[in-house]
Amino acid sequence: MSARDDILAGIRRSLGVKGSEAIRRQIVQDRLERAPRGVVPARGQVSGEERVGLFKTMAEASLATVTEVGSPGEVPQSIALFLRNHNLPATLRMGDDPRLQAMPWSDTTLEISHGPSGGGDLNAVSHAFGGVAETGTLAMISGPENPSTLNFLPDNHIIVVSAKDITSDYESVWNRVRFSFGKGGMPRTVNWITGPSRSGDIEQTLLLGAHGPRRLHVIVVRE
Amino acid sequence: MSALPSSRPGTPRVGLFVTCLVDLMRPSVGFAAVKLLEDAGCIVEAPVQTCCGQPAYNSGDRGTTRDLAMRMIETFQGFDYVVAPSGSCAGMIRKHYPELFEEDPNWRAKASALAAKTFELTSFLVDVLGVTHVDATFQGAVTYHDSCSGLRELGVKTQPRLLLSGVKGLTLVEMNDSDVCCGFGGTFAVKYSDISSSIVDAKAKNVEAAHAQTLLAGDLGCLMNMAGKLSRDGRPVEVRHVAEVLANMTDEPAIGLAKDAAHK
Amino acid sequence: MTVHTTSPQFKQNATRALHDVQLQKALNNVKQGFIDKRQAAADKLPEFEALRDSARDIKNHTLEHLDLYLEAYEAKVKASGGHVHFARNADEAREIILKICREAGAKTVTKGKSMISEEIGINHYLEANGITPVETDLGEYIIQLRNELPSHIIAPAVHLNASQVEQDFRRVHTHLDAKRDLSEPVQLLTEARAVLRERFLAADVGITGANFLVAETGTSIIVTNEGNGDLTQILPKTHVVLASIEKLVPTLEDVSQLLRVLARSATGQEMSVYTTFSTGPRRPGDADGPENYHVVLIDNGRSSMLGTSFEEMLRCIRCGACMNHCPVYHAVGGHAYGWVYPGPMGAVLTPSLIGVDKAGHLPNASTFCGRCESVCPVRIPLPKLMRHWREREFERHLTPASVRSGLNLWGFFAKRPALYRFATRAAMATLGFAGRRRGRFSWLPLAKGWTKHRDFPAPQGETFQARWQRERSRRTA
Repeated sequence: MSARDDILAGIRRSLGVKGSEAIRRQIVQDRLERAPRGVVPARGQVSGEERVGLFKTMAEASLATVTEVGSPGEVPQSIALFLRNHNLPATLRMGDDPRLQAMPWSDTTLEISHGPSGGGDLNAVSHAFGGVAETGTLAMISGPENPSTLNFLPDNHIIVVSAKDITSDYESVWNRVRFSFGKGGMPRTVNWITGPSRSGDIEQTLLLGAHGPRRLHVIVVRE
Repeated sequence: MSALPSSRPGTPRVGLFVTCLVDLMRPSVGFAAVKLLEDAGCIVEAPVQTCCGQPAYNSGDRGTTRDLAMRMIETFQGFDYVVAPSGSCAGMIRKHYPELFEEDPNWRAKASALAAKTFELTSFLVDVLGVTHVDATFQGAVTYHDSCSGLRELGVKTQPRLLLSGVKGLTLVEMNDSDVCCGFGGTFAVKYSDISSSIVDAKAKNVEAAHAQTLLAGDLGCLMNMAGKLSRDGRPVEVRHVAEVLANMTDEPAIGLAKDAAHK
Repeated sequence: MTVHTTSPQFKQNATRALHDVQLQKALNNVKQGFIDKRQAAADKLPEFEALRDSARDIKNHTLEHLDLYLEAYEAKVKASGGHVHFARNADEAREIILKICREAGAKTVTKGKSMISEEIGINHYLEANGITPVETDLGEYIIQLRNELPSHIIAPAVHLNASQVEQDFRRVHTHLDAKRDLSEPVQLLTEARAVLRERFLAADVGITGANFLVAETGTSIIVTNEGNGDLTQILPKTHVVLASIEKLVPTLEDVSQLLRVLARSATGQEMSVYTTFSTGPRRPGDADGPENYHVVLIDNGRSSMLGTSFEEMLRCIRCGACMNHCPVYHAVGGHAYGWVYPGPMGAVLTPSLIGVDKAGHLPNASTFCGRCESVCPVRIPLPKLMRHWREREFERHLTPASVRSGLNLWGFFAKRPALYRFATRAAMATLGFAGRRRGRFSWLPLAKGWTKHRDFPAPQGETFQARWQRERSRRTA
């Protein structure tokens, strides 16, 4: 017997089932199809301004910095300012996300490069799929236009998120993922990011920038 | 059961589950419990009893535990309530007797019936009888250790503190980590004495740092462990069962002290 | 099972740990670091207790239907272009992993933190076969340099202080300036970041564990704060996920419930920094990500825990809250437990995996204070399960003879009330008389374990039952 069949048989022996019981199969099928929501904290169940405000508060609590701009057109200037304020070089790596592509980068003197990171980039910007107000979490999706490496290799990671994509809870993110990728479908990688990289492994001292970005800066686009 | 006093309507008949340690080591705690219960209007009886079986239960000997549990169930059958001056022994009956007879419907029902009417002393006084004040005086600062079983199996935390707050002359000072184990754990204290000692050492330091003259708790096992450590280390803290203070029966020397040392 | 165990020597391990001044200082960090933060996180979320119930129910439901969820999960992974391998035990798992590494032509392998990989001892096996495994979680990296097991399931190097780490870095990172300053933890972190960054970029295969597997989508999930797990899995050509079979959950909604209790219970964070959901290999046109995606599903004793009282242990999500709150763990640290899993969860799981004959001390070395159960996010009744092990030991006559005979003696008297009253009356009178002068004993025959460290308070003399009888007969007369 193959290891697979042996293990499944062992599980069934222990559970006292055959595996063919229609009712068990139905229960599992139902659960997978209906994907019932469990307990969803009331904290995130707010809308509009309040939701964006909660997102900001929670993201800042996770040691990210957050700024707001009125429209996508203001993002490049905002990033240039952020880099300048932190004495960082005016370089920026990004993917080919059309929302980023459409922004007026030529308004700035930023030196822009495109594509995944090879580990040598200091600063990168990505566009989030969404944000979750409940914990100030950003949801990133991988794809041809959104390299995952940009989320982890650069020292300073800037994430742009549209205010309209900030949802109350994780479950709302999954609904949007299902809408985009079909029920049961997923992009190769979904990254939830809540704050900059950190470690407490040396004497329980919290240190930022363990392997991933030392800084996480979030730009909320109002429009 | 023929010697039981007949109960008037509305007067609860309470069977005192003395517990082995109180029976053997510090009977004055049992009498303090009797006084508290009688003052609260109960008729109290202490039927002939031995052990609830907890040491055997925690050592994996279910057979002996069941034998002792059956005896306990029969002994206390006729009472309205069963009250013990110990969270750990009351917890044994309340939480563990029913699961001990999981596969025996007849005994399970009896065990559950006993479990439902069994209480730790301070929680019985406060939660069942609604006592909010006791007539007692005790001079000085005391600190209170929450014994684990009482705290986590029975939710005993506010009840002793509420009653202590009404004792004249007494100030309650909270120590750090009052809800952390003292390292007793029954046979654990002997089987793993080095680890137990390290745990009770931390407790003793917290007790001393609270600057109270007296340490109180609701379980004699923990109290003997902490008293033994405090005296071995020469930390001058007196140790008593909470019932002694609440019943205003503190003439007996504190735990681990000799008669003449009590009147200093 | 090739990971060496010192669990049979638990007592000696513990005594050594208690005398290790440096370790005792480090253990203080556990006491102070985790407990208040968890409490604060729980207090901030009114639904926390309800989420614990929900988490428990989801795991129970999955375990009761584990065969079917495994099938559903496997089909989804395959549909997304990934490979699923089943391993009955550690040997099979190691062979599968080696084969994947060989096929990838791997020289070096980066690793995210994974307890199952410790359990199957993969690092030594790869090394013996000419492949260099590099742990990338900072704590795991440190203990790999020291050739140690983790002493905590989420803080593997919690038993060490910064100067020990400094010594290890100087010993191993010989290509760096010998005069460099490493006196601050942040300097150690910066050095590890730079050294490991090169390793990440050079690795041929990345091995991660999985906090959860989602049947609905065929997704594996890792949760980290450092980002090391992500660099481990997106940079090399091949990503291998190691997971024991009980990591399954049905849906994305279900895993969201579990994620809400995981970080809060572990570190007191609202959410860990990186929660990564991976489904299959890189898609056509993707800018980065692994080209090959393998999942190795490992049983190694789990399937035979199902349907027994130890099934509840399979709910464990490895948050570490039980050990963070355990007075015994605080006293002796993780290494004393002698195998991969320390603390209360280890005390239950280890006997299941390596045998109660070897790990028998672990479920006994507990005061049953119940603090572990009170914080477990999936409400595993850890003391009850430890007691079940004690019962198995008792049935199999593994309980030490001294304990057995002591219990028998006690049981003999306790079952015979008249004899009990007579014997205890005499014994307490004697003991009370002997102790009347000092009120306590600093030495007692048969109680050395007690009196070695503390005094034994003397009894008052007369037993309660004797005095009660005396006084009641007077009262009713």
